[in-house]
Amino acid sequence: MRIAHAFKSRPALMPFIMAGDPSLAVTEEIIVKLEEAGADLIELGVPHTDPLADGPINQAAAQRALAGGTNLEGILKLVARLRKRGVQIPILLLSYLNPLLAFGKDLLERGKASGIDGLIIPDLPPQEHRWFAKGGELPLISFVAPTTEQVRQREIASSARGFLYCVSSTGVTGPKGELSQELEEFLKGLREVSRVPRVVGFGIANAEQAAQVGRMAEGVIVGSALVEILFQEGVERGLEFVRELREAL
Amino acid sequence: MFQKWPDKRGFFGNWGGKFAPETVQCALSQLERAYKEAKADPAFARELERELENYVGRETPLYFAPNLTAHFGGAKIYLKREDLNHTGAHKINNALGQALLAKRMGKKRLLAETGAGQHGVAVATVAAKLKMECTIFMGQEDIRRQSLNVYRMRLLGARVEPVNIGSCTLKEATGQAIRQWVSQVRDTHYVIGSAVGPHPYPMLVRDLQAVIGREAKKQILSQAGRLPDFLVAAVGGGSNAIGLFYPFLDDSQVAMVGVEAGGRGEKAGEHAATMSRGRPGVLHGAYSLLLQDEEGQIAATHSISAGLDYPGVGPEHSALSECGRVRYEAVSDNEALAAFHLLSESEGIIPALESSHALAYAEKLAPTLSEKSIIIVNLSGRGDKDVESIALREGGGL
Repeated sequence: MRIAHAFKSRPALMPFIMAGDPSLAVTEEIIVKLEEAGADLIELGVPHTDPLADGPINQAAAQRALAGGTNLEGILKLVARLRKRGVQIPILLLSYLNPLLAFGKDLLERGKASGIDGLIIPDLPPQEHRWFAKGGELPLISFVAPTTEQVRQREIASSARGFLYCVSSTGVTGPKGELSQELEEFLKGLREVSRVPRVVGFGIANAEQAAQVGRMAEGVIVGSALVEILFQEGVERGLEFVRELREAL
Repeated sequence: MFQKWPDKRGFFGNWGGKFAPETVQCALSQLERAYKEAKADPAFARELERELENYVGRETPLYFAPNLTAHFGGAKIYLKREDLNHTGAHKINNALGQALLAKRMGKKRLLAETGAGQHGVAVATVAAKLKMECTIFMGQEDIRRQSLNVYRMRLLGARVEPVNIGSCTLKEATGQAIRQWVSQVRDTHYVIGSAVGPHPYPMLVRDLQAVIGREAKKQILSQAGRLPDFLVAAVGGGSNAIGLFYPFLDDSQVAMVGVEAGGRGEKAGEHAATMSRGRPGVLHGAYSLLLQDEEGQIAATHSISAGLDYPGVGPEHSALSECGRVRYEAVSDNEALAAFHLLSESEGIIPALESSHALAYAEKLAPTLSEKSIIIVNLSGRGDKDVESIALREGGGL
């Protein structure tokens, strides 16, 4: 399994980018170069009109991607092309439920055939994974948050597949300044109960914070900060940022 | 069947659920537990009842409308006068109940979204009364067309946060309210305004609005000596409709019609007729009918009525439609506007544009029924808030 191999001795780096921002052709080039820059996994966003868990940066990125005509069909084809080009690292789709439901029943098969390694669905709680997909073709990644009750944290962590998506703080995606004080305690608690690597996302915006989180967990997701640099300063600067993160980890 | 909805997972048959980010799952569970406890506590029921009576002004009249009945020429029309509630709409039934629950849960702050502004005003009102902080999210477009209500909310001490995303209406305001809630979930209660959202909200809002139907049932039995033949109510998210319908669901002789916004055309973006033209999907936490494109992106909507201008609908309505218990029909902007004028002139009651949709459908239904038939129309709110935008639309302004 590609996901398990992505977690080695060092903390894994999982950049998030929005597919189709500004075009799928550019996204393709970015992913090839992200692998070269040291990304261990890719979280690839499927744009949605109403991203409930996202802050303004990712909302705007989704709007740009949708304006360019990005859809799930195109994204699956993009991943298939990346695999043909020899991209090895795991690619997981981050999508809200509705675009996945609209795609239809063969989504999981098609996703797997295209080279997708898992689905991250922020508005699908773990207790409804089976409502969404009976089979186990693709791992559905589970979230835990600091606000998740203890009993539920244990349930989710012990049944998680692939990795556990640990939300660093309450709130939506996007830079927030300081990391929360309670993060370390939260991650410690999860280490004892999780069968899979703990990957931390939401609000990690610079190399220093990435390094800090890297000391507490098996992986780090950097999303909005990268999306914003790619948009404002271009691909080269974005890749440089990822190399900085890699080095700091 | 209907009394068992929703199940433990929050489903009404195939519809509903708790499709929300993990960051709010705990708050949803907490709310569910707190509501269960409150429901079992007679003191809570007494407090709610007392406030509904003395502060909101319930019960609201069930008014036989003789002139409207004569004008339609057919079934007798009764109006359930939710417009006579404090703040002018049914919204306060829910806002008050949720705020009392939030207080009981030790929450300090209330958040809400609003479309027409009626829910926002209701929440701002109870927040003032219960000394809670209050922030209302409202789309920029709705702020424009419902400026009176924006000013009322500010007078009541609430902060009104303009939302400048997408179509700048109720859908975006709801999304933004949920995002804000996620970041301060520990001390804040989100007062959702309609029977939508993740479980337990659709159930909670239904239960708090069901006072409308319970009163209407008692009143029609006492005034007419029998149950009505039809209930008619406007459906945006569907709270006033489910509130009227729910206590009658097991009375199989009572037919029910939910009336949604047909807008100004059948093309996507020109209407908000979710029940008639939507497909199943997930928006704002629930699996329900939804106006969307082929790729699952949420469609733009239009309605003359800000309160109905929403691409989703409460999951219980999807369930009631699927099993055939309730029929859903759409009426156009122009039909609703004509009904707005008609009720104002014939009965001296200026209805909200939302409620005018229900009246416009009653106008089509009544003549097809005998004079012995009875239709109860939920007059969910008063029209003061709409007067300015209608005056502008019809030329001249105020």
